[in-house]
Amino acid sequence: MSDTTAQGGELSSPHDWGSAAAKRRVRRRYAADRRLQAYGLGAIGLAVLLLGVLFASLIFSGYVAFTTTKVALNIYLDPSLIDSSNPGAANYRKLTRGAFFAYFPDVTSASEKRELGKILSSGAPYVVRDYVVEHPDEIGKEVKIYVPLSDPYDQLNKGVIPREIDALTSDRIALFKILTKRGVIHVDAGKGTVLVDVYVNPGDIPDGNLEAGDYQRMVAEAFRAFFPHALTLTYEELLAEDAAEALKAHVIANPGDVGKTIQFKVPLSAHYDSLARTGEAKMRNPRFASARDFEWFDSLKERGVLSSPFTWELFVNSDSRFPELAGLAGALTGSFFALLVCFLLSFPVGIATALYLEEFAPKNRFSQLIEVNINNLAAVPSVVFGLLGLAVFLNIFGLPRSAPLVGGMVLSLMTLPTIIVATRAALKAVPPSIREAAYGVGASKHQVMMHHVLPLAMPGILTGTIIGLAQALGETAPLLLIGMNAFIPSIENMGLLQPATALPTQIFSWADSPERGFVSRTSAAILVLLAFLVTMNAIAVYVRQRIERKW
Amino acid sequence: MNEQSRPFEMSIGDSGQVASDTSTGASKVTSRNVCVFYGDKQALFDVNLDIPDRSVMSLIGPSGCGKSTFLRSLNRMNDTIPGCRVTGEIKVDGRDIHDPELDVVELRGRVGMVFQKPNPFPKSIFDNIAYGPRIHGLARSKSHLEEIVITSLEKAGLLGEVKDRIHEPGTGLSGGQQQRLCIARAIAVNPELILMDEPCSALDPIATAKIEELIDELKKNYCIIIVTHSMQQAARVSQRTAFFHLGILVEEGPTAEIFTNPKDKRTQDYITGRFG
Repeated sequence: MSDTTAQGGELSSPHDWGSAAAKRRVRRRYAADRRLQAYGLGAIGLAVLLLGVLFASLIFSGYVAFTTTKVALNIYLDPSLIDSSNPGAANYRKLTRGAFFAYFPDVTSASEKRELGKILSSGAPYVVRDYVVEHPDEIGKEVKIYVPLSDPYDQLNKGVIPREIDALTSDRIALFKILTKRGVIHVDAGKGTVLVDVYVNPGDIPDGNLEAGDYQRMVAEAFRAFFPHALTLTYEELLAEDAAEALKAHVIANPGDVGKTIQFKVPLSAHYDSLARTGEAKMRNPRFASARDFEWFDSLKERGVLSSPFTWELFVNSDSRFPELAGLAGALTGSFFALLVCFLLSFPVGIATALYLEEFAPKNRFSQLIEVNINNLAAVPSVVFGLLGLAVFLNIFGLPRSAPLVGGMVLSLMTLPTIIVATRAALKAVPPSIREAAYGVGASKHQVMMHHVLPLAMPGILTGTIIGLAQALGETAPLLLIGMNAFIPSIENMGLLQPATALPTQIFSWADSPERGFVSRTSAAILVLLAFLVTMNAIAVYVRQRIERKW
Repeated sequence: MNEQSRPFEMSIGDSGQVASDTSTGASKVTSRNVCVFYGDKQALFDVNLDIPDRSVMSLIGPSGCGKSTFLRSLNRMNDTIPGCRVTGEIKVDGRDIHDPELDVVELRGRVGMVFQKPNPFPKSIFDNIAYGPRIHGLARSKSHLEEIVITSLEKAGLLGEVKDRIHEPGTGLSGGQQQRLCIARAIAVNPELILMDEPCSALDPIATAKIEELIDELKKNYCIIIVTHSMQQAARVSQRTAFFHLGILVEEGPTAEIFTNPKDKRTQDYITGRFG
């Protein structure tokens, strides 16, 4: 023993743990550890940041949809206009508008009334109708009903859209700035002008008749010579309409200038004039027809008849062409039906498949092939399942289009692999001692499965199922392919075989709509969808924690 | 051993006629040329063993010698292991347990088993014991089922400790109590034979002593086969002992003889602590 140590000492000197090289190694090791930790922290920070940005932007653009601007109308439910035996058929448009026009007794002309009526939502009469149908005993009384404003005024009240917008685009302003730098822009007596060399062409003045000269042409020529590169900026846009008139007045006043090139200050058009004088050019938001719109709106606001209650319509109403009336009830119902079908199909089939594969299947090539394919199935893009549903369920089986039944069937194709994989993991996690104990007292395979293994695996199975269903809830592409994005204005006739829409497809259609109100409606719908997903995942986490408590 | 020279008898379906008549008197279990294979690997080689009724037989030997494998082939628990194959003949009460007409579920009802680690079902104490009688339809009524449960608990020496919390989960008991609960569960289906696979290896000495007392008590009515790593335990509880080594049954005989006067050198080496 002592020999070997001595030899070892001769061959290589014993490691010096205190040497500078060793200390450097230790320092490097520590630095590497810290770096690894920093990478991880950085990655988490980035992920949290992106998530935060996503949520912030959704909430920021979506929160306005949770309130709706409404105006209180005092409506006299005239029994001579409303037939109490058939209250749904009366002319509620006239009633509603009449009550609204009462706020503006000075508005009398038909065209002004048409303009004023645009403040009310087109769906306002239906709100009144629904109220009367629900409360038929109030016919003959004066009632106070809150009806929504139309989308532009709703957005105006929430401050989403401004009263004035920039009249000129940024590239126009940039071009104008170049002109300013050249020193040709002047402001004389409160009027913006541009100094241009104009050749007063005698050829454009027929027979020396100064009155009949083509001054328009002269200004255009001068403009073209002066700004050879300003191709995007036409002289009609930059110069005032009366530019030619101003030149004519100048030439008539100074007939001696004919045939000469003169320096002439051409007046600017309105927007550029404003830009030259004040540095900015604004115009009325084109969503509003005239400044009177704002006066009417402000007067309503001053009188305190406007209010912004919580948008219950978002959950109670179905889809609508008017964003202020559109709601998610139809989409929620459709999603519910589709998920119900999906659950009823994929839960038993998934468990049976997993049970067979885990407990009964012989370990051979065929079962391996099935296993590999189930795992692959989980990776198939959802749009492919949609195409499959379109080709098989709709074309071959002839099932109805847009129906939640077909949607659920397609979604169950996607949910199945998730459930199978989760169920197999849960079955594997049941301790073998439990199976042995059951076999040991003489339980048959069926009894071991049904009495012991499945109940113990059930929390794990449910976790997988809920996560699978949450995935299915957010799935859009397959539903679009089977047409489950129908326009559903009422949930009354919804069923498994009736056309329907679902939450994600509703979001898709709203995102595609041009009205400003649908922007916030879309964000709000996304928030609702996310709330459902978070809830489902929270349930899954809760169920999973219960299984852990058990062992 | 002399059994090997005996003509091999097949008995399918008529178990009553072929009662074993070996030198040890009324054998509860007889095994002839039992070989067990896990896939291609052979774990047991031609085991011939007769086990008498109403006594305790202990199987000893170093780890991996095949004693547990042999024990598990007696109630065909090996069937649940994929790739496991048993050849040869095992008879319980003269009936071949590999007889295709014999129901394996019924066999496991007749041959109870207690495992190394206590493995009560995550259910109440009552349900743990009542499970076997329920699935075999042993109880005529609810009160009869309760009677079976109480009797089994009493036989397992657990009644005094748990009678107030019989509807509480069995997993809440201590390790020794859990193991006695498993014994109670095994005897609740009224088996003829109880197999115990190292029942005390996970228990402390006091709990072990209780189980050993229980085994002593149970042998009056049952045939018990116990696998153990503790030679002292084998010496304390068993009447006969079989020594396994590398899948071969080396020696079998009355416990006192095996421990004081072993015939085989390997047995001697093992019990004196040379290996194992």
